Amino acid sequence: MEKRMVFGSTALPYLLVVPQLAITVVFFIWPASQALYQSVLIQDPFGLSTEFVWFENFAHLFTDPLYIAAFWTTAVFSALVTVLSLGLALLFAVMADRVIKGATAYKTLLIWPYAVAPAIAGVLWLFMFNPAIGLVSFYLKVLGYNWNHVLEGGQAMFLVVIAASWKQISYNFLFFLAGLQAIPRSLIEAAAIDGARPLRRFWTIVFPLLSPTTFFLIVVNVVYAFFDTFGIIHAVTKGGPGKATEILVYKVYADGFVGLDLGSSAAQSVVLMTIVVALTVVQFRYIERRVHY
Amino acid sequence: MFRHIKAVALATAFVMATAAAGNAAAPTEIQWWHAHTGRLGEIVNQMVEQFNASQSEYKVTAVYKGNYSETLNAGVAAFRAKQPPHILQVFEVGTATMMAAKGAIKPVYEVMAEAGGSFDPKAYLPTVTGYYTDPAGKMLSMPFNSSTPVLYYNKDAFQKAGLDPEKPPKTWDEVEAALKALKAAGSACPFTTAWQSWVHLENFSAWHNVPFASKSNGFEGMDTTLQFNGPLQVKHVGKMGDWAQQGLFVYAGRRNEGGARFRSGECATFSESSAGYAGVKAEAQFPFGVTSLPYWDGAAGAPQNTIIGGASLWVLQGHSAEEYKAVARFFTFLSSPEVQANWHQQTGYLPITLAAYDLTKQQGYYKANPGTETALIQMTAKAPTANSKGLRLGSFDQIRGIIDEELEAVWSGQKAAQAALDSAVERGDKLLRRFERANK
Amino acid sequence: MVERRGWLTAVTHLVLIAGIAVLALPIYFAFVASTVGLRDIVEPPLPLVPGPFLFDNYGEALLRGVTQAAATPVALMMFNSLVMALVIAFGKIAISLLSAFAIVYFRFPLRMFFFWTIFVTLMLPVEVRILPTYEVVAGLGLLNTYAGLTIPLIASATATFLFRQFFLTVPDELAEAARVDGAGPLRFFADILLPLSRTNIAALFVILFIYGWNQYLWPLLVTTEASMTTIVIGINQMIAPGEDQTNWPVVMATTMLAMLPPVLVVVFMQRLFVKGLVETEK
Repeated sequence: MEKRMVFGSTALPYLLVVPQLAITVVFFIWPASQALYQSVLIQDPFGLSTEFVWFENFAHLFTDPLYIAAFWTTAVFSALVTVLSLGLALLFAVMADRVIKGATAYKTLLIWPYAVAPAIAGVLWLFMFNPAIGLVSFYLKVLGYNWNHVLEGGQAMFLVVIAASWKQISYNFLFFLAGLQAIPRSLIEAAAIDGARPLRRFWTIVFPLLSPTTFFLIVVNVVYAFFDTFGIIHAVTKGGPGKATEILVYKVYADGFVGLDLGSSAAQSVVLMTIVVALTVVQFRYIERRVHY
Repeated sequence: MFRHIKAVALATAFVMATAAAGNAAAPTEIQWWHAHTGRLGEIVNQMVEQFNASQSEYKVTAVYKGNYSETLNAGVAAFRAKQPPHILQVFEVGTATMMAAKGAIKPVYEVMAEAGGSFDPKAYLPTVTGYYTDPAGKMLSMPFNSSTPVLYYNKDAFQKAGLDPEKPPKTWDEVEAALKALKAAGSACPFTTAWQSWVHLENFSAWHNVPFASKSNGFEGMDTTLQFNGPLQVKHVGKMGDWAQQGLFVYAGRRNEGGARFRSGECATFSESSAGYAGVKAEAQFPFGVTSLPYWDGAAGAPQNTIIGGASLWVLQGHSAEEYKAVARFFTFLSSPEVQANWHQQTGYLPITLAAYDLTKQQGYYKANPGTETALIQMTAKAPTANSKGLRLGSFDQIRGIIDEELEAVWSGQKAAQAALDSAVERGDKLLRRFERANK
Repeated sequence: MVERRGWLTAVTHLVLIAGIAVLALPIYFAFVASTVGLRDIVEPPLPLVPGPFLFDNYGEALLRGVTQAAATPVALMMFNSLVMALVIAFGKIAISLLSAFAIVYFRFPLRMFFFWTIFVTLMLPVEVRILPTYEVVAGLGLLNTYAGLTIPLIASATATFLFRQFFLTVPDELAEAARVDGAGPLRFFADILLPLSRTNIAALFVILFIYGWNQYLWPLLVTTEASMTTIVIGINQMIAPGEDQTNWPVVMATTMLAMLPPVLVVVFMQRLFVKGLVETEK
C-alpha cells in the first residue's frame, strides 16, 4: 500500500526521521553490534585485557550443562505459562461471550490485571506463598503440606508460573473475546438448528475459527514468557533455588551483571537475539495469512 | 552612563575575586561509593560528616550505590566510562577481581606511602588485613566492615535439655551430643546456620588449617585449583548431612534466613557472622550465649584462626595526587582507634587495628556485652598460615552459588558429601580457568 | 450462545465470578495486609478483613518509605515512575508520528532502509542487549538521570507501524486539498492529520503509559541512587533478604499505590485501552 499523493520536500523527511533514527542507532543498533562483538571476546570486567576467541564463548555455552538447563527451564516455564493463561482466558472469554447481563462489568473486572507490572504480580503472589507468613502456605501447612519455595525448585517454578499466568490472562481474554465476537452468529445458529449441542459446536466451529487468534496469542505469550517475565523472576526467586527458575533472560543478567562475565553474557544475548528474530519472523509470516472477516 | 559602566566593572571584579578566593579555598573532593543502607548507612554518613567537619582541606562524599554487586558494577561501569570514584567498597568475594585489575586499582600501601606520614601495617590485626594483602604482606585494600563466624546458642533451650548453659560445646563431637539432647527435649530445630559456604567450608578449612584451594588459597597465583573436597571437609559435610536427615540440623536458606529462626526461638543453636550480634540482642526474647566456632578435636592444627567476611575499600586509578592525599587522610581517620572502636561497637563488625581493640577493652565494652569479644579472640589467637589468610579466588560469587547448590543436595539427601564436594570442585575449577583466561 | 437454558446461564455467571475472584484475590489480600499492623502479618494467618491502620501505613509509606531501602519516600518513587511513564508515552507517540508521517507522505532515498531499520528494533528488546546498552548509557553519563531512564526506551516500532497503517487509510483527497490550498506538509500534518489521529493517539497513550510505568529491567540497571528509584523497583528493594524484618504493611501499602495509576487508567479508559491493544497487534 502506497500513497499516490506525496509531498515534494527534500530536507523535511530527513528531519522528521532523525529523532527516531538517532535513538534507534545509539540505543538499539550500536549496543546490539557491541553485543555481537563482545560475544567473540573474553574480557575482564574493567576492559583492561581483551582476547579474541572466535566462537569459543558459544562453544563454552552449549557445553555448559547449566546453560542447557536454562534452555529447558525456559521452555518448561513458557509452555506452562502459555497453556495456563490461554486455557483460563479462553474459558472466561467463552463464558463472557454468552452473557448479556453485566457483560461490560465482567469485562472491566477481568482486564485490569493487565495494568499490573509483572514484578508486582510476583510480589503479590510471593506474599501469599511466603513460607513463614503467607496465607496460602499457612493453610497448606494446616493441611499437612510444608510449603517452602525457597528450598524446593518445583514449588518455586509453580509460584512463578502462577504469577506470570495470572497477569497474562486479561490480555488473552480480550483477544479471545474479540475473536469470539467476530464469529458470525448465523454459523452457530445453523449448527444449533442441525441439532449440535454446545460443546460440539464449540469444537467443530468455534475453535477452528478461533485458531488464527489462538496461534497469534501463542506467539505473543511465548515472547512474554521469554522476556517480560524478568521482573517476576527477579522479584520472587532470583533464579533460585539452585537455578530452578533461571530462565535465559535472567541468566544473561546474572552472568553479565552479577558475575561480570561479559563474553558469556554477550554470547547469551546473541542467542536470545536469534530466538527473537525467529519468533518475530514466525509472527509476521504466518499471521499475515490470518483469515480476515 | 560612565558611572554605570564603573559599577558593572566593580561588580564583575568583585564576583571574580570571590570566585577565585572561593576556588582557592575549596576543599579537594573525593567520592566514596558504598553498599550500606538503613542503620549502617546512617552510621557511615555520620563518620563521613565527622571527617569533613574535622578539617577543611578535604571533603568526602559518600554515595550508596545499591547492594554489593550493584556497587561493584557501578564502579566497573564508571571506570570504563573513565569517571571512576576514588574509593569503592567491594565485597570480599570480589577481591580477586579487583586484584587482577592492576590497571584499574591503586594499592592502598602506595596511596599511604605517597601521601607521606606514618603508616604502620603492623598496627593492623593480621587476620583482618591478611585477606587484603599481597603475598609480600603489602596492603592492597583497606578493610572496612569485617566479621567472622561464631556460634550463638539459646541458653533457655540448653537448660531445658539438661545442658549447662555456661559451658557451650567446643568441639563438633560435643555439638553433636548437645544437638541430640536438644532434640530429645523437644526442639524442632536444634541447629541451623547462615551463609553455609562461608561458615562450613571456607572458614572450616581455615579454622582447621587445611587448604581450600591450591597456591595458598589462590594468593600466589591465578592458576589455583579448588581443594575443599579433602577428607576433613568431606567428613564435616557428611556429618552435617547426617544431622539433616536426623532432624538435628535444619537448613533455612543460603543467606541469613536462619537468623530469623534463631531470634524467634525456633532454632536452638546457630552458626553465623559475629556482626549478627546486634540483631540477636535486639530481637531475642531469651538469654543467649556466643561461643567460638567448634572444631574437630582430632584434626592437627585445629583450631587455627577463622577468616573474615565483609568488604574492603579499594582505591581506583585515574585521579590526581592531591585527591589521593585526601584518600590517605580519610583512611588514616577511618583507622584511628576512636573511629574504629565506635564502628566496632555500634555495628558488631571487627575493629581493624590493635589499638582499637585495646581501646574497646579499656572502655569496658566486652565486660558489659559478653560474647562480643569471642570473634576477636578467635581471630587473634594464632598467626595466620598459608591456609588461613583468606581466599583469593576469581568468580567467587558464582563459585559460592555452586557450593550452595551442591550442599543443598547433601542436606536433602540426594547426594553423598564426597560426590557433592567433588562436583563443586569440578564446576568451580571451570570458572576459575575462565577467570584466569579473562584476566591474563 | 443460542439456547437459553437456565442452569447453563447460571454456570456461566458462576465461572465468570470465580474468575474475577481468582484475579482479584491477591490484590485483596495485599490490601488487607496494607491496613493491619506488622504483628498481624508476622503471625499467620492474615486476618481476612481489613484492619484499622490504613492511614498510618499509607502515610508512612508516602512520606517516609521503608528504612531498609535507604528511606526513599514512596511519594518520590511514584513521582519518578510518573515522569518515566509520561515521558515515554508522549515521547514514543511524538517520535513515531513524525517518522510515520515521513515514511508515508514522502519519497526519499533510504526510505525503505529506514523502515526496515525501525522494524529491526522489534527484534531487539532490551533483554537481549542488556550490558551493551547499559555501557552506552553509562558512557553518555546518563545513569541515574531521567534522560537515561526514558530516552533509550522511546524508539518504538509498534507505534510507528500503527500510525503508518492509519495514515495509509487517510484519503488522499485530504492531502491533495491541502496542497491545492497552498499548505505545506507540516501544516497538513498539524491541522489535518493530527486531529484525525486523536483516538489512535489516546489509545496508544494508555498502552504506553502502562508500559512505561511497569518497566522493571531497565530502571533496575540504570538507577542506583535512592532518589531515582521507580516504585516498581522500590518495592522489590523493600523486601529484605532475611537480615532485617520486612515492614510488610508498608510494603503492601506501597504495592497498592504502585498498582493504582495504571489500573485506574485501564478502568477509566477501557474502550481506548482495548482499541489500543488490538490495533497495535495488527
